[in-house]
Amino acid sequence: MELDALLLSRFQFAFTIMFHYIFPPLSIGLGVLLVTMEGMYLKTRDPMYEVMARFWTRIFAVNFAMGVASGIVMEFEFGTNWAAYSRYVGDVFGSALAAEGLFAFFLESGFLAVLVFGWDRVSPRMHFFSTLMVSLGSIFSSVWIVIANSWQQTPAGYHIVEGPNGPRAEILDFWQMVFNPSTVDRLTHTLIGAFILGAFFVMSISAFYILRERHLDFAKRSFKIALVLATAASLSALVTGHSNANMVAEHQPAKLAAFEGHFETGDSGATLYLFGWPDVEAQEVKWGVGVPGMLSFLIHEDFDTPVTGLDQIPDDEEPPIVLPFMTYHVMVAFGFLFIGMTLLACFFWWRGTLFEQRWLMRAYVFAVVGPYIANQAGWVSAEVGRQPWVVYGHLRTSDGLSEAVVAEHVLASIILFGLIYMMLFAVWVFVLNSKIQHGPEDGAHVVEGAGAASAGELLRAAGELSDPSKHSLSGLRRAGVEDEQGDDGAMSGEGER
Amino acid sequence: MMELEGLQIFWFVTVGFFLTGYAILDGFDLGVGIMHLTLAKTDEERRISMNSIGPLWDGNEVWLVVFGGALFAAFPEAYATSFSTFYLPLILLLFALIFRAVSLEFRSKSKSRLWRGAWDVGFFLASTSAPFIFGVAVGNTIQGIELNERFIYQGGLLDLVNFYSVLVGGLAVAAFAMHGTIFMHLKTTGALQERAHAWMWRTFGGFLVMYLFTTIVTLQTLPHATSNFREYPAAWVVVVLNVLAVANIPRAIHLGRPGYAFASSCATIAALSILFGVAIFPNLVLSTTPETSLTIYNASSSLKTLGLLQIIAFIGAPLVLTYTAIIYWVFRGKVELGENSY
Repeated sequence: MELDALLLSRFQFAFTIMFHYIFPPLSIGLGVLLVTMEGMYLKTRDPMYEVMARFWTRIFAVNFAMGVASGIVMEFEFGTNWAAYSRYVGDVFGSALAAEGLFAFFLESGFLAVLVFGWDRVSPRMHFFSTLMVSLGSIFSSVWIVIANSWQQTPAGYHIVEGPNGPRAEILDFWQMVFNPSTVDRLTHTLIGAFILGAFFVMSISAFYILRERHLDFAKRSFKIALVLATAASLSALVTGHSNANMVAEHQPAKLAAFEGHFETGDSGATLYLFGWPDVEAQEVKWGVGVPGMLSFLIHEDFDTPVTGLDQIPDDEEPPIVLPFMTYHVMVAFGFLFIGMTLLACFFWWRGTLFEQRWLMRAYVFAVVGPYIANQAGWVSAEVGRQPWVVYGHLRTSDGLSEAVVAEHVLASIILFGLIYMMLFAVWVFVLNSKIQHGPEDGAHVVEGAGAASAGELLRAAGELSDPSKHSLSGLRRAGVEDEQGDDGAMSGEGER
Repeated sequence: MMELEGLQIFWFVTVGFFLTGYAILDGFDLGVGIMHLTLAKTDEERRISMNSIGPLWDGNEVWLVVFGGALFAAFPEAYATSFSTFYLPLILLLFALIFRAVSLEFRSKSKSRLWRGAWDVGFFLASTSAPFIFGVAVGNTIQGIELNERFIYQGGLLDLVNFYSVLVGGLAVAAFAMHGTIFMHLKTTGALQERAHAWMWRTFGGFLVMYLFTTIVTLQTLPHATSNFREYPAAWVVVVLNVLAVANIPRAIHLGRPGYAFASSCATIAALSILFGVAIFPNLVLSTTPETSLTIYNASSSLKTLGLLQIIAFIGAPLVLTYTAIIYWVFRGKVELGENSY
């Protein structure tokens, strides 16, 4: 069989970027929660907030290092596999990427060291400042990369000129490039997706502790803070999602038609399929359940206005249909699930019985998988829906490939990345698991059963009684609670290596 | 046109600045890895060795990312050509850099001697191969590679492995080994520090041999690499500074001033990096047929983009330098292992 460098390079890019995207959304979402927790600590000086900040920082650090390690690969791949693409977009893409490097990367990775290793080296205020900087850095980073990606979806502020090596895009207006038609919609939706993931992640581990009756005070407080973010973000995702779909309908009608499995334009309202299977041969959605006219209503606010279907797209500009359709629908379905779950939890919170709903806690332990799938699915639909273009309407993905690269080398690199990513993933799971098993340093020694948690609460209460000024973790430690060993690591920072 | 040329030179210098920063900073933590098995003997020493770079290596690697980003932004043609030319070497480099991170993290996960020993070896191998690959890429860039009229590499993978590129790879490993050893001497105490002291001399000797040998080979076989010294006599200042920096390393070690020795090895690496720049200027990727070389003039982004980048750099650079300084200040001093240390 002849190896195809294009197909292999596309596979490699998809594989490496999907692996990379396991980590950044959690960094962004968890970062916001860390800032909140540490801010609460500075404000109230309640030691439990410090315990929370310390524990979640350790999780954050492992995840962050994974994001950095897998992110370098992305930057290299533009040049190694997609040299023709890099020549084409370099002038436009470059300034966004340089801004990301200078404003975001240095900020986050620099202050991360203070965040992880600096608890006892800097003042609480300086530590809070560092947390804020790392969180901002991870958001800045997403800002610039989403700008660059959005420019590929809806190019603006540029012109095509003849470069030394064929035509290339050159920038005309920086701010038009930055605020191209899709930037704001896509950036807000991406960030909200990350907030949902971060919040569900915290709620998952907290619910696990609550079910095991470990670290109860810690877990309940973490859960509530995260629930507030999760509820707000899940509801906002509905708004930004709707706005995104309208933007796509306006600027990338072929992509929207693929999302919705909308084959025939027709002369009346278009059906919105809740689920189904798009049959490309038969040009229809099979086993679908749809609401007639609803797609027209969502896009044109009128049930009878036709929506551009795939029949109006030239054959050689048509995106794949099954993958965008399925991933898009999966994302939307999960979006509604998040709204339902968070509103339900808020209802029980209001009734004062949230943590007694063991079935709901159980559901929350596993629910974290949802945002991971939804975030990945959303990006798959956005990127596959853009095909066959890499720069929409200008450069085909097949024309973006490096000419100097041999298929066998790409196959070799896929194998190498596969190996190293398996190891990296094992590290992540391993370290995450040990941190979760170890739990926060809330004074509650890890003993199975209900007694442990109440002992922790007693200790905390005792600490509050004795001296309110000494509300610190080290104070609790000195109170004679045995510290556990074995929580270690270079990326995560503390303890033995 | 003058404005464009000015910006092209400015970005040649800036991209070089990021590469130099990367070589100095990641240089010592890669160097610690190269010397990991040699300097650190006991399990505790190995932990100290890894912990000495624990809070720093991640930030140091960001310089590489920013170097890549700046090259992409300012000279997309050169970025595209060099990265696709060095396809497998760069993939191996990424593999080594990620493997290093994995080995730092994995080593502590079991107390088994075999387990820890295996990760120690992995850490050493990854730390050694990364600078070697860098050196090979630099060697090929000085020497020139075969490009066609559209700046696309015509040779094969094995053409990249030749006497000169391997020699420069060896020089990079030797320089970082010395750099890392001096860093270890600064960061440790007791038996480990004494061993580092002895090895500062040996690694300096190794570096000196490689340095002289590479210089002689370059002068003898690559006349184009030194033509800029005839054109711009001011470039000799760098040579003089380089020699002074190299000579100051043994002087500082002899006087028992490891801080000065470290500063001198930083300056040595910076000077070598600047010499590399002088050797290739104004080329970015030298071709074996001179007309198809990528220079700062035919590989750059537009005037508009270079101007935008300059604004970004002028805002960003002071911030970067400020917080790099803050972090090194916070983590100054000797490595200590303990409950609250890393």
